[in-house]
Amino acid sequence: MTIHLSIILFMPLAAGVIGAFLPGRSGRWLVLAATVGVLAYVIVMLADFDRGRAGLQYVTNDRWIPELGIRYQLGVDGLNLFMLALTAISWVPCTLWACFRELDRQRLFLFNLALAETAVMGAFMAQDLALFIVFFDLMLVPFYFLIGGWGTGERVRATTKFVIYTLSGSLLMLAGAVALGVLATPDGGQISFSLAVLQERGVPDGTQNWIVLLFAVAFFVKAPLFPLHGWIPETYRSTPIPVLALLSGVLSKVGVYGFLRIVLPVMPDGSLHWQELFIVIAVFSILYGSVLAFSQDNVRMVVAYSSIAQLGFITLGIFAFEQKGAQGAVLQMLNHGLVVVPLFLIIGAIAARARGSESVLELGGMAFRAPVLAALFLLATFATLAMPGSSNFVGEILILFGTFEDKLVYGLVASVGVILAAVYMIRVFQRTMHNRVGPAVESHDLGGLDLATIAPLVALIVALGVYPQFVVSRTDAATTAKIQPARQAAAAGQTAARAEAP
Amino acid sequence: MSLADVTAPVIDYKAISPLLATLGGSIVVLMVGLFRGPLVRRVLVPALTAVSLLTAIGLVIWVWRRGDIAPVIRGSLEVDSLALGITVLCCVAGLVAVALSWRDNAVREAGAGEYHSLLLGSVSGMIVLAEASNLVTLFVGIELLSIPLYVLCATELRRRTSLEAGLKYLVIGSVGSATLLYGLALVYGATGQTGFAQISDALGDTVPLGDPLLLTGVALVATGLAFKASVAPFHQWTPDVYQGAPTPITTFMAVATKAAAFAIFLRIFDHALGLLQLDWGPALSALAVISIVIGNVGAIPQRSLKRMLAWSSVAQAGYLLTGVVVGTRLGLQATAFYLAVYLIMNVAAFAVVVARERVSNRGDDISALENLGQEQPWLAWPMTIAMLSLAGFPPTAGFIGKFYLIDASVSGDYTWLGIAIVVGSVISLAYYLRVIAAMWMGRYEIELPTVPRRTVKPASGWSPEADALAQPEVLVVAVVFAALTLIVGIWPDPLFDAARDVGTALSNLS
Repeated sequence: MTIHLSIILFMPLAAGVIGAFLPGRSGRWLVLAATVGVLAYVIVMLADFDRGRAGLQYVTNDRWIPELGIRYQLGVDGLNLFMLALTAISWVPCTLWACFRELDRQRLFLFNLALAETAVMGAFMAQDLALFIVFFDLMLVPFYFLIGGWGTGERVRATTKFVIYTLSGSLLMLAGAVALGVLATPDGGQISFSLAVLQERGVPDGTQNWIVLLFAVAFFVKAPLFPLHGWIPETYRSTPIPVLALLSGVLSKVGVYGFLRIVLPVMPDGSLHWQELFIVIAVFSILYGSVLAFSQDNVRMVVAYSSIAQLGFITLGIFAFEQKGAQGAVLQMLNHGLVVVPLFLIIGAIAARARGSESVLELGGMAFRAPVLAALFLLATFATLAMPGSSNFVGEILILFGTFEDKLVYGLVASVGVILAAVYMIRVFQRTMHNRVGPAVESHDLGGLDLATIAPLVALIVALGVYPQFVVSRTDAATTAKIQPARQAAAAGQTAARAEAP
Repeated sequence: MSLADVTAPVIDYKAISPLLATLGGSIVVLMVGLFRGPLVRRVLVPALTAVSLLTAIGLVIWVWRRGDIAPVIRGSLEVDSLALGITVLCCVAGLVAVALSWRDNAVREAGAGEYHSLLLGSVSGMIVLAEASNLVTLFVGIELLSIPLYVLCATELRRRTSLEAGLKYLVIGSVGSATLLYGLALVYGATGQTGFAQISDALGDTVPLGDPLLLTGVALVATGLAFKASVAPFHQWTPDVYQGAPTPITTFMAVATKAAAFAIFLRIFDHALGLLQLDWGPALSALAVISIVIGNVGAIPQRSLKRMLAWSSVAQAGYLLTGVVVGTRLGLQATAFYLAVYLIMNVAAFAVVVARERVSNRGDDISALENLGQEQPWLAWPMTIAMLSLAGFPPTAGFIGKFYLIDASVSGDYTWLGIAIVVGSVISLAYYLRVIAAMWMGRYEIELPTVPRRTVKPASGWSPEADALAQPEVLVVAVVFAALTLIVGIWPDPLFDAARDVGTALSNLS
């Protein structure tokens, strides 16, 4: 029992609340300090982390609502360690962005940003299903305000659509979770939503199937994957840039993370039942996202649709039920976040140099007067298209290898996505940085603030490309343990099939 | 038979002391209200009303009991933890109504003494209803709670909609009462008993469960109570009456009537008619689903906040009904818990409506909230929290309440009702979020083509100068109840303890 995770969890929220009551603009320093403090704490945790252990570390386990069997249970293992790191890292530049810009109602913006950090951290740390759902839903509240309050264009429509889509999923998941808790409870036993307890108790095969489906809807909407991505275009167009970076870079990971944390270990038979369907959805998302990314003129929409493809890759890796695939998925979750956050901030910088335009038709020729911007953009682009030498390359290769082992056809189709990524990302880079100078462009290089927000992230991408083993060695044990139940179920299924065959 | 042979029933005065406090208060307030002078009507009468309600709450705490039941007056009233819990809710709702109407037009026009006396009378009716343990006291309770409300709805004498609301409520309420009475008569005819416990014993023993007379009676009772609890499809009066009535009375009606009506729902269906669960279960679950859908869909096109909250209360009645349908102890606890939560979050929302109505020339239109986030954050935050709670976001009380109800329905093998709650919550986002958007997300025209935007005179208080002063108590109510919404959402243990105590009532439940 340690209190460390609770400190990390509630530090931003506390700073946000107190900051909201401080006079003038002084509250921003407090929020910024808390964000940096969280990052420092997480770095210490990274160093202190016992890499060989598959189980949870820094566990906090306390009663919260005994009547409903909900416990305040937090823990870190290889699976969420780097998700916490990603959250802590991403929030710093975005908070910086908000602190040093003329922002309408800045204190409220920072409060929402801080609340969002707490909620996302909580969702990643939670080891109790109900607690996970609490944070999962709580995430929506600050983002609802951030998009609706500071967005552009049809922002209210967009943010309402975003919340309705996401909450439809997560409320269905709530119903599924309650059903899971009730069904798993033995006669006369006390209901519990603790993931460890649920995994131990197990749920009957038949009921697992539809519960998995309810969870999948929630996670697919959040990710988003192909048929449930309807909120993407409007929301991405209206969201302010730093919020979008967080939405796409960090929030989308909560969905796929949920599969590894909850669905696969607790409901292995149900996961196996839908494996084929989910793989098809993943592959379809890869193709759909890539094709749409190719056909977009708006730079941020290119990145938006490429995210759908990337999350398709991650889902594919998870549902291959192979060690390599899952490892690749976990690595890629980190990689995608680290790439998308600077990419969106760069897009913000680009738009600032083109009177707010984000269309490739009006952009071009920026590199000449903004070499640093171009260089950073190039590095991020290379990482996105998984250039050999980048950590994304390692991630995607692991995922594809995992898929090749058992699902060769899907793997081959998915590889097409890798090629398409090269095409659309290079297209965007060329048409913004090179070519003729666009009509709206007034290029100049990055200022101190932009540099401070973007450069460290790009440096991190490079560092990770050099030494991806840093991540893999820490995530390995936990990831393998999480997919083990599903692998066993699959093996049992095969044995049964063989026994039935004459 | 000489008079000496008549033995008066033994009365446990301790058990019914909360009821005596409100009934006595009602009479005293009426008398005091006869004196003239601003001090009497502005200070003395509201203060006495509040004292009476606070006394009742204090007495409830004094007699609070678990499990054991005190039959009072030969079994016509039954004081158990369910009745006491509901009594507290109704008294709190009454206190809120006193605070919100402190400087309201309605009080001046109707006369302070009469207004408050009627309010206390209605609270007494609710307490009787919550404690009723036979068919006769049930009906007495229903009428005692309804008749003062018919009058209270019409207390803003110079506003036509208020009078209209009163009349409408009277007509439809009477239809509901008549239906209920007819049903009660049939149940009595079939079983030959009026006491709930005796009816429960007679069922399956001397009366066959499939007796058509009995089933018709049960159906009519369900219909009559559905009118009172505004369960769809018997909800048509709700939006009009909620909108027309003075807002403090709307607040009181929305939260207290619902609590009392659901208390009797629980008592009569889960206790007296518990053995017929297979017969009324499907019917009530159908009503629940219809309420959830109609209430939530009906709220979407509303511009008026009071109408929107009225439709939302129809939907909430549907959620609450799921706790009755399952007919388990967990269902009883979840219903009681949600009633408390429902009170807290609705009071916060209505208080903000009251505050805006008094100063804005948009009345209770949603545009009255425009940009409130910047102008009056102390009003905007309570409304925001109330809306998030009504929509079921964590960490608010509404989330826990819904979690509990879903838990109860899944445990009671009504998983599909749990899904219905979930689907209803998703639909409800469409209108709850709009309110938040109006407050925080700058000026934008809400597209609701069906109802034109209108301008009204602010529903002023004693005088224009007093309007500004009229806000503090309203503000306090809003902030306190919004804070409670958050506190219960984060630390629900005390409320769970109370719900568990309430759950010890109705001994036949499993």
